[in-house]
Amino acid sequence: MRVNLTVNGRPQEADDVWEGESLLYVLRERMGLPGSKNACEQGECGSCTVRLDGVPVCSCLVAAGQAEGREVVTVEGLAESARQRAGGGAATGARGAESASLDAARRWQAGGTDSQTGENIELAPVQQAFIDAGAVQCGFCTPGLLVAADELLERHPNPSDEDIREALSGNLCRCTGYEKIMDAVRLAAARRSEEA
Amino acid sequence: MAANGAPTGLTQGARTKGGIGESTLRPDGVLKVTGEFAYASDMWHEDMLWGQILRSTVAHAEIVSVDTSEALATPGVHAVLTYDDLPTDVRHYGLEIRDTPVLAHGKVRHHGEPVAIVAADHPETARRAAAKIKVEYRELPVVTDEASATAPDAVLVHENRTDLPLSPPTSSGAGGTPVIPHVPHPNIVHRQPIVRGDATAAAGRADVIVEGDYYFGMQDQAFLGPESGLAVPGEDGGVDLYIATQWLHSDLRQIAPVLGLPEDKVRMTLSGVGGAFGGREDLSMQIHACLLALRTGRPVKIVYNRFESFFGHVHRHPARLHYEHGATRDGRLTHVKCRIVLDGGAYASASPAVVGNAASLSVGPYVVDDVDIEALALYSNNPPCGAMRGFGAVQACFAYEAQMDKVAAELGLDPVEFRRINAMEQGTLMPTGQPVDSPAPVAELLRRVKAMPMPPERQWESSEGADVRQLPGGLSNTTHGEGVVRGVGYAVGIKNVGFSEGFDDYSTARVRLEAAGGRPVVTVHTAMAEVGQGGVTVHAQIARTELGVSQVTIRPADTQVGSAGSTSASRQTYVTGGAVKHACELVRERVLELGRRRFGSYHPAWATAELLLEGGKVVTDGGEVLADLVDVLEDEAVEVEAEWRHRPTEPFDRRTGQGNGHVQYSFAAHRAVVEVDTELGLVKVIELACAQDVGKALNPLSVIGQIQGGTVQGLGIAVMEEIVVDPVTAKVRNPSFTDYLLPTILDTPALPVDVLELADDHAPYGLRGVGEAPTLSSTPAVLAAIRNATGLALDRTPVRPEHLTGTAGADGT
Ligand code: FES
Ligand code: FES
Repeated sequence: MRVNLTVNGRPQEADDVWEGESLLYVLRERMGLPGSKNACEQGECGSCTVRLDGVPVCSCLVAAGQAEGREVVTVEGLAESARQRAGGGAATGARGAESASLDAARRWQAGGTDSQTGENIELAPVQQAFIDAGAVQCGFCTPGLLVAADELLERHPNPSDEDIREALSGNLCRCTGYEKIMDAVRLAAARRSEEA
Repeated sequence: MAANGAPTGLTQGARTKGGIGESTLRPDGVLKVTGEFAYASDMWHEDMLWGQILRSTVAHAEIVSVDTSEALATPGVHAVLTYDDLPTDVRHYGLEIRDTPVLAHGKVRHHGEPVAIVAADHPETARRAAAKIKVEYRELPVVTDEASATAPDAVLVHENRTDLPLSPPTSSGAGGTPVIPHVPHPNIVHRQPIVRGDATAAAGRADVIVEGDYYFGMQDQAFLGPESGLAVPGEDGGVDLYIATQWLHSDLRQIAPVLGLPEDKVRMTLSGVGGAFGGREDLSMQIHACLLALRTGRPVKIVYNRFESFFGHVHRHPARLHYEHGATRDGRLTHVKCRIVLDGGAYASASPAVVGNAASLSVGPYVVDDVDIEALALYSNNPPCGAMRGFGAVQACFAYEAQMDKVAAELGLDPVEFRRINAMEQGTLMPTGQPVDSPAPVAELLRRVKAMPMPPERQWESSEGADVRQLPGGLSNTTHGEGVVRGVGYAVGIKNVGFSEGFDDYSTARVRLEAAGGRPVVTVHTAMAEVGQGGVTVHAQIARTELGVSQVTIRPADTQVGSAGSTSASRQTYVTGGAVKHACELVRERVLELGRRRFGSYHPAWATAELLLEGGKVVTDGGEVLADLVDVLEDEAVEVEAEWRHRPTEPFDRRTGQGNGHVQYSFAAHRAVVEVDTELGLVKVIELACAQDVGKALNPLSVIGQIQGGTVQGLGIAVMEEIVVDPVTAKVRNPSFTDYLLPTILDTPALPVDVLELADDHAPYGLRGVGEAPTLSSTPAVLAAIRNATGLALDRTPVRPEHLTGTAGADGT
């Protein structure tokens, strides 16, 4: 069958989709968007989280046909959608981090000087916060966590720790112990309230 | 540079930023947050086929017949291979003992063993074709524990072991010298006794003697990135393999002979690795993908699903441990006797080394002169077990720390004070007789972790009532605080760093310094597997520190450079970091030599002063700038490839276990605070604080990340993680993330960390391996806290609700 959907703002179509293929498979293998990860394909780990018409879902549990005609945002589209939310200006990139006032936030200003850390690449604030807080180790959980965290912060700009834990409870991470993921979300929220 | 060739302006050199000791950010961070980082399962090639493995549905059976005809006839299928299709006589592989068949031959020895492989044009086609392969099994009795393994009529898991003399061991060999049998039974992979002093005599001096039996469940590494790889056939008859692994060269040594190819025709490149924790030390689908690619002439990708991943890698050895501790009234340990039985499952994997670790670290970080220790690993028809973070030390730590609490209680001493009295220090002898010759701040770590502020009591209480999210049971809303009790527990552990027992544990680094675009740039090339730990960050930091150049590129790891050894045993920053440092030092010497030749006549300091590279310049130790690096280099590139090894170690004596077997130790202590709903048996860990000595934190942000990650893996084994194997059929009952429970962010508490930096003079920069120690002590700390809260004895891990409510069966399961 043919499936038409909008992915990260761009209309996409896939042909010869077998009826059992998941949205995750179609994104990764047919549309060349491997950012959404395939850690369990059982709906248990959240690595494949994307937004389907704005709602975070495990794309491994969504049949490709169910996404027909709908809007999908993946980790590859996070920076762009953050830019649009911010009113079409340049991505905030959060390199204004230096001005974050929360002590908790300041602790994580790791001050990367490596040319490869991508100081000039436009990232969504939550993406930059994950890098700065050290919330990325192997990074396999990261795309799903970013999509979930971005949605939380959109809904709830000032989440409590318990709110963060509740929102991210569907996303497993085996490397970090989650503490630095907490730090990253707190940092993204703190930077945002600084800017507001 | 001035026109006459003389260096200009002698000013202060600027220190290069991003060197060691700074929390430099990961070079792969941006790729990982944008979804562009290519993990093994993201590899793609035009024309590629998908590989699928057919696995055994039973644990132990003779294979009567395999019929692949229907699978082969399936449209879209390009190859179906079994043992009979293997190209050479080398049909087994293994890390230490080559006992694992590439595809089952005649027999299967565990549930999920690979029997046949398929390549097809769609993963679903491959799956369906594999399901059409007809395998007829004649089931055999299963060996599942020590009793069934060593019973008089026990079935032998490996009926023709080649690493043993085939005749039964005799008590004396030719010439009257006693023959020390490698193992007392063919169903035992390896055995290591350690005897020092006279434990029985020492027991006579004890005022209290405490015995205990413990069981440690089978844990899975559960890295999130599934086993995956892409094999691309080469025009020269060789193959290129893009793979997620922990040690490229170890894989290569095992793969090439099976394919019948020389090693230089199997070109391996590390693809993105989504975590490892020991689970990628053994081969998984490497050979299978190469075989299918070479057979079909097409690139072949294999991606395990999560179900298959539980069968596709070894697990942490489950263990039964028996301990006896004695102590005098004043709180001094007199002796330790222990016996540790590890279940290695169907194939050897890393079992011999795990046994060595369990034995040599079985007493923990304590001073005990009289010990009688035995550790062994069984062959069984349970899933194969091998390396996992903490490697043999984890199981022992769980038991000896429970014992320490029991002895302290028996003596009426505070458990931390009792540990402090017996804590080892620099100079203490290990049970193996080896002196600990670098700082061993065991008492200090305990003091620090105890001194950390406690989380507030009943923190879930607020003016509006209880925030159920902070209570045991969480959003299930099972309690509002009634029946909830708090407990606090402590534990400390000791882990060896690097490979032990005489292993030639070296690493190789190639470092290149050149001028490009008017700036000095460094390229570092090693075969180190970056599995998430942050080695790539640290290598760049070392190069900046040693060569004073800010622009450092880390080349992808592949087999075009010498071996880096394994990313395991907390060794990579030590050994490959050491190799990068060493190669940089050699580059620096060559650069200074160049400089002397070019500019030596312009300034006497070239000949007389200690010279450094800082901020892209050659400077004296007084900070005077002698030249810009780009001027020294001109268009010459200085490149050095060098090997580096740590101090040699030696094997443990087979009979006494004596020997300088380890190169370095690392230490961590934990304090756990838990709340338990005693009615439902639910546990909430409120806080898990850690104090660890890291020698020198090369990257503090990464160090803390490693400590927290290791801590939570220890929490997982304490309260939820366990692969459940049916004791009758030896089949795995829970190969999924639905049934194998991993800590989520809701199960994970605040994780404060106190980092101590006491340099080890033998190690590069004084560093100490970091990754594993926190996994040791976190489990027993949580258990101690639960015991403290409930008053229950709790001798197994993980603790499940039924153990807390008294509804578990007699066997604790
Ligand atoms: S891959 Fe979809 S939830 Fe795990
Ligand atoms: S799973 Fe590796 S960083 Fe989260």
